[in-house]
Amino acid sequence: MSLKWKTINIQKPGKKFNILGHMEQAYDVVVIGGGPGGMGAALGARESGVARVLILDRESEPGGILLQCIHSGFGLHYFKEQLTGPEYAERFLNKVIDDNVKIMAGSYVSGIAVDSDGTKQVRVLSEDHGQVIVKTRAVVLSMGCRERTRGAIRIPGTRPSGVLTAGLAQKFVNMMGMLPGKRIAILGSGDIGLIMARRLMLEGCEVVGVFEYLPYSNGLTRNVVQCLEDFGIPLHLSTTVAYIHGRDRVERITVAPVEKDLKPDLSQARDIQCDTLLLSIGLIPENELSQSLGIRLDLITGGPWVSSTLETSMPGVFACGNVLHVHDLVDYVTRESLLAGRFAGEWAQGVRRPVDNIRLIPGDNVRYCVPHSLSTEREHTIYMRCKTVMQPCKIRVGNLMEKKLRFVVPAEMIMLKIKPHLLDKFHGDTLRIDILPEDA
Amino acid sequence: MTMYDVVIIGGGVVGCSIARELSRFQVRTALLEQCAEVGFGTSKTNSGIIHAGHHSPPGTLKGMLVVRGNELYDRLQKELGFSFRRIGELVVAQSQEEIEILEHLKQQGVEKGVPGLEIWDQKRLLREEPNLSHTLLSALHAPSAGVINPYELAFALIENAEKNGVVLKVDSPVEKIEYQKDRLVLHTPTKKLATRFVLNCAGVFSDKIAQMVGLNDFVILPRKGEEYMLDKRLQGLVRRLIFPVPTKQSKGTLIIPTYDGTIMVGPTAQDTFDRYDVSTTYEGAKQVFEAVKKICPSISERDTITEFAGLRAVSNTNDFIIGTTAVKGFINVAGIQSPGLTAAPAIAEYVCDILENEGLELIKKPDFKPHIPKVSHFGNLSVAEQKRLIEENASYAKVICRCELVTEAEINHAIDHGARTLDGIKFRTRAGMGRCQGGFCAARCMNILAGHTGQAIHQITKRGSGSWIVTKMENHQHPKTGKEV
Ligand SMILES: Cc1cc2nc3c(=O)[nH]c(=O)nc-3n(C[C@H](O)[C@H](O)[C@H](O)COP(=O)(O)OP(=O)(O)OC[C@H]3O[C@@H](n4cnc5c(N)ncnc54)[C@H](O)[C@@H]3O)c2cc1C
Ligand SMILES: Cc1cc2nc3c(=O)[nH]c(=O)nc-3n(C[C@H](O)[C@H](O)[C@H](O)COP(=O)(O)OP(=O)(O)OC[C@H]3O[C@@H](n4cnc5c(N)ncnc54)[C@H](O)[C@@H]3O)c2cc1C
Repeated sequence: MSLKWKTINIQKPGKKFNILGHMEQAYDVVVIGGGPGGMGAALGARESGVARVLILDRESEPGGILLQCIHSGFGLHYFKEQLTGPEYAERFLNKVIDDNVKIMAGSYVSGIAVDSDGTKQVRVLSEDHGQVIVKTRAVVLSMGCRERTRGAIRIPGTRPSGVLTAGLAQKFVNMMGMLPGKRIAILGSGDIGLIMARRLMLEGCEVVGVFEYLPYSNGLTRNVVQCLEDFGIPLHLSTTVAYIHGRDRVERITVAPVEKDLKPDLSQARDIQCDTLLLSIGLIPENELSQSLGIRLDLITGGPWVSSTLETSMPGVFACGNVLHVHDLVDYVTRESLLAGRFAGEWAQGVRRPVDNIRLIPGDNVRYCVPHSLSTEREHTIYMRCKTVMQPCKIRVGNLMEKKLRFVVPAEMIMLKIKPHLLDKFHGDTLRIDILPEDA
Repeated sequence: MTMYDVVIIGGGVVGCSIARELSRFQVRTALLEQCAEVGFGTSKTNSGIIHAGHHSPPGTLKGMLVVRGNELYDRLQKELGFSFRRIGELVVAQSQEEIEILEHLKQQGVEKGVPGLEIWDQKRLLREEPNLSHTLLSALHAPSAGVINPYELAFALIENAEKNGVVLKVDSPVEKIEYQKDRLVLHTPTKKLATRFVLNCAGVFSDKIAQMVGLNDFVILPRKGEEYMLDKRLQGLVRRLIFPVPTKQSKGTLIIPTYDGTIMVGPTAQDTFDRYDVSTTYEGAKQVFEAVKKICPSISERDTITEFAGLRAVSNTNDFIIGTTAVKGFINVAGIQSPGLTAAPAIAEYVCDILENEGLELIKKPDFKPHIPKVSHFGNLSVAEQKRLIEENASYAKVICRCELVTEAEINHAIDHGARTLDGIKFRTRAGMGRCQGGFCAARCMNILAGHTGQAIHQITKRGSGSWIVTKMENHQHPKTGKEV
């Protein structure tokens, strides 16, 4: 058994993203994460006029989760065309490189320390250069999110191979050219699960159904239509997976309708043969790094608490993209991150905007809103999600404005612009946002 | 056909402990394990407690071996470096009758030589463990109880045994045992081994092994135990192991602050006929949480992050069955139910005595090496220590598991020291044990494992045989490059 193997390297980062000199300089803005959020932030920072901007990403090439999303549907809002994930990433990567932003891949950020003068020291474990400390004035957090797993929802039964998150399955199929199984059941109707249902069907797998315990889908309507309905894959609402069976590999699952308390009604359970159970049960912003910095988090979004400049509770540390709150469209990530980058760049140049004077309060049927506060000084874009489906309805912002909407669903983020002239008239210090039935 | 002195069937903590003990002597020893790695049976799915020993009644074999086993752990830990810490245990009384039982337990323990037993009154109990229910009346404190990562123990034992000459054969289920003149011949699907002595350490299958040589004098009635692991948020809720007063069936539902600081609650005790039934159930969860909430009200099922179940190999004698049999050379080490983990090192000594009595000469090896190289878990080190490691070995700077901060150097080490499956890597390094449960590292670990062993990606398994992870595509074309894969 005691064989001696040579140590092998997993994927080497590309040469151009791998230059030690890049890390030995001091920066104005360092962006952590090279997904669309990070690249947008870097461009925003350059726009604000700072020269020294660095992106750090732990993967071997920048692009983030987009690199494994080879389906099209990215960039409809921002580029007004249908791009695939890697195409969208490439457009940004080219812009970032043209704009003289430095990029270091294979660089895992393991900690950040703040000096007494406010300088941040970013600690990097680099595949090629060992441990390096990068100095910067401002930091943008853009680490993306991770998927919820089986443990988060407690499915009893055995623990065989073949229970995995939809995103990992996507990585297997799209990045490694491997299938997670042949006969697939999907629990949860999140977008990644829907997209994988179609993807696996196209690869010749049998997708026996998508099971969602809520009475409505958790994914975008367009994905339900294009990924399930067009392929004849059944979507079972108000149904959950109650048991997993199989010794070494998944052999069967028990599904059951849920009762009012969302617990399975086992008297109506039935078994379904399959060898794989994909989980698409939600995403969680990846904030271990933020937490280690002592940054204040919002328990609902799972992301940092941010002001209207997307600055966290730590001065000079900004956040955007899925690490701030889970977005359903990359276009929104881009928009938000350009802004975060701009404010971070300003901050690095010494600009200190007046402190926000209005706190936002999520009211009726509003799960959260980001940012968490506003300033009367500027125009604002507020991103929010509702708690339950409502149609038709209206959004009421304090006594300042109302906006009619055809419908709201928890799966689709709502974007709301607030013009400065509205806030001029406002004298309170808290502003409550409600989503109400149209006739309320 | 190679001739062995001793062949051990079963690589749980019991088989591995014996293998390591025998490796001190000039004895040709082999260990056959049916799984892809050792420790994948009951030995990795238990409460991980090194019991003080007062629970098991005197006059039983398990009662005798548990106290000795506990004593042996300090030295073993120093030599083999697995995660073990004596944190002490409390048996708590919830009624007047139970207070009397505590007295009885204490008496029983003192007689057996359990050190430091002490009854605590309510005031002392709640001062030491303020998160326990204020309705508890008193407790029996046993300072010598400890917690361990049991899978690390099995890996460490076999690594050291191999280093000292024991032959390990995994993926080797024993299917038939033949009796020839002076020897026993063991058949696996791919090999035949001849030996003077066979040690039956096959856990819940030990009665089946005995039947292979025609012995029908005991049966195993597996008793399942479900365990529930709670979120890191609850770290520090209790500092010691918390036991209710035991029943005839089991030691009850416990609150276990594991070595890594996570709180675990369980186990249940449910008889089952299926020797593979390691499923968790709704009923099990309900029982566990109802029981522990009485002792510690702030625990909630909502904090569960993962759960598992294991099978106790309970024999019809309700005691360990260790000794020679009617078949010459065939020795049972069976029915090793709880506290088998605690007793394992003592069982090993005991079995060596039996072998010696049976005529096996135990001559010490002059060059026995009691230690295995210590591995540091990168994530637990200070920044300065991490820096030093990276300077020595650059692959310490390649992060493979982000949740537990496990680096490529650690994965390489695990593979060099026997890991052959994703679970093998996980239980040695913690890669995949954290919040994302392998979402990030699974593919990376598969790539590294494939690189080391020369397996194709689709041949890599979670824990051996049928537990494949991915399968090949029909058209065999890489979706991005269009090339054959
Ligand atoms: C499977 C899937 C399908 C999607 N489909 C669509 C779609 O069809 N249309 C659409 O518009 N949107 C889609 N989206 C949404 C969109 O892609 C995401 O919202 C967007 O990629 C988020 O960008 P981000 O930069 O915040 O995060 P990510 O893209 O996740 O990037 C985060 C980056 O940070 C790096 N990182 C994290 N921690 C560290 C650290 N400590 N050190 C260094 N680097 C670190 C990561 O490696 C990663 O590269 C999809 C998302 C997913 C997950
Ligand atoms: C829920 C639970 C909690 C427990 N908690 C504790 C505790 O806190 N403290 C404590 O001291 N004890 C505890 N125990 C008991 C302890 O786990 C066991 O006593 C101990 O692990 C037994 O080890 P073993 O080596 O005999 O069995 P196993 O680990 O089951 O090893 C038997 C091995 O034999 C192999 N095998 C079987 N058939 C064949 C064959 N035909 N050919 C080759 N190989 C074969 C199996 O694959 C297996 O690896 C607990 C048990 C359970 C179930």
